Amino acid sequence: MNWTDFTPVASLAGGLLIGLATALYLLGSGRVAGIAGVLASPLRAVVGGTSLRPDASRLLFMLGLLLAPWAWRLFAPLPLAQVDVGIPALLLAGLLVGVGVRMGNGCTSGHGICGLSRFSLRSLVNVLAFMTAGFVAVFVLRHLL
Amino acid sequence: MDKFLGFASGLLFGLGLILAGMADPMKVKGFLDLAGSWDPSLALVMAGGIAVGVVAFAVAKRRPLAWSGSPMEIPNNRTIDARLVGGGLLFGTGWGIGGFCPGPALVALGSGMGAAAVFVAAMLAGMLLHDRWLAKR
Repeated sequence: MNWTDFTPVASLAGGLLIGLATALYLLGSGRVAGIAGVLASPLRAVVGGTSLRPDASRLLFMLGLLLAPWAWRLFAPLPLAQVDVGIPALLLAGLLVGVGVRMGNGCTSGHGICGLSRFSLRSLVNVLAFMTAGFVAVFVLRHLL
Repeated sequence: MDKFLGFASGLLFGLGLILAGMADPMKVKGFLDLAGSWDPSLALVMAGGIAVGVVAFAVAKRRPLAWSGSPMEIPNNRTIDARLVGGGLLFGTGWGIGGFCPGPALVALGSGMGAAAVFVAAMLAGMLLHDRWLAKR
């Protein structure tokens, strides 16, 4: 266990905020706050040349995510964020995530937070698959290669 | 109303990700590194999110309409198949390699992080690749 980097209070509070955002989007707009879906739907419209109008609230959700660091900076310096891999690995990671969330129809938010919150067995299966793969990928990268 | 709620939810979601530590790929990898110096913080992010989510979905299930008047669109797909598992495995592998999943990647992109821009571009390409050529027709 890594006790020096363990941030139980901030992470739990952050999780509660994420839950509140999910609740607001669901009860307010009737939509599931799955980021993969929030991204994929307008992307399909852009590529297919169809109207973006039905995706307006998703685009604004996306804008909210993009502006969150700026809102944070109004009150406090942003916490450090770093990667430990190069551009080729980032490209591979992005491709795998993009294909994977479309194929499985959800990600950490859609299946993880929303799916588990409504006790969906389908989401649990997906979450177990991506968690296992994530553990294996980091194990291989950090301890085998 | 839906537009405002979309923006407010996204902003709140993003602030939650930053506070939780999810916007830092190294923090995410610390959670996924069971065999190394494991940092369990992100399990608490899930716990916090689900604690609120359970209540929200329980309330939402009894309501035909959202506050804005939009229909309540709760997924009812129960299919468990190879695509669900395979998609999860591909996504998890990419998550472990880069330390980014879609939401935090957008937040990191918004903060001006170059690595996030590279990741997001590839992720969007992956989504298109799937929808164009790999989707079930």
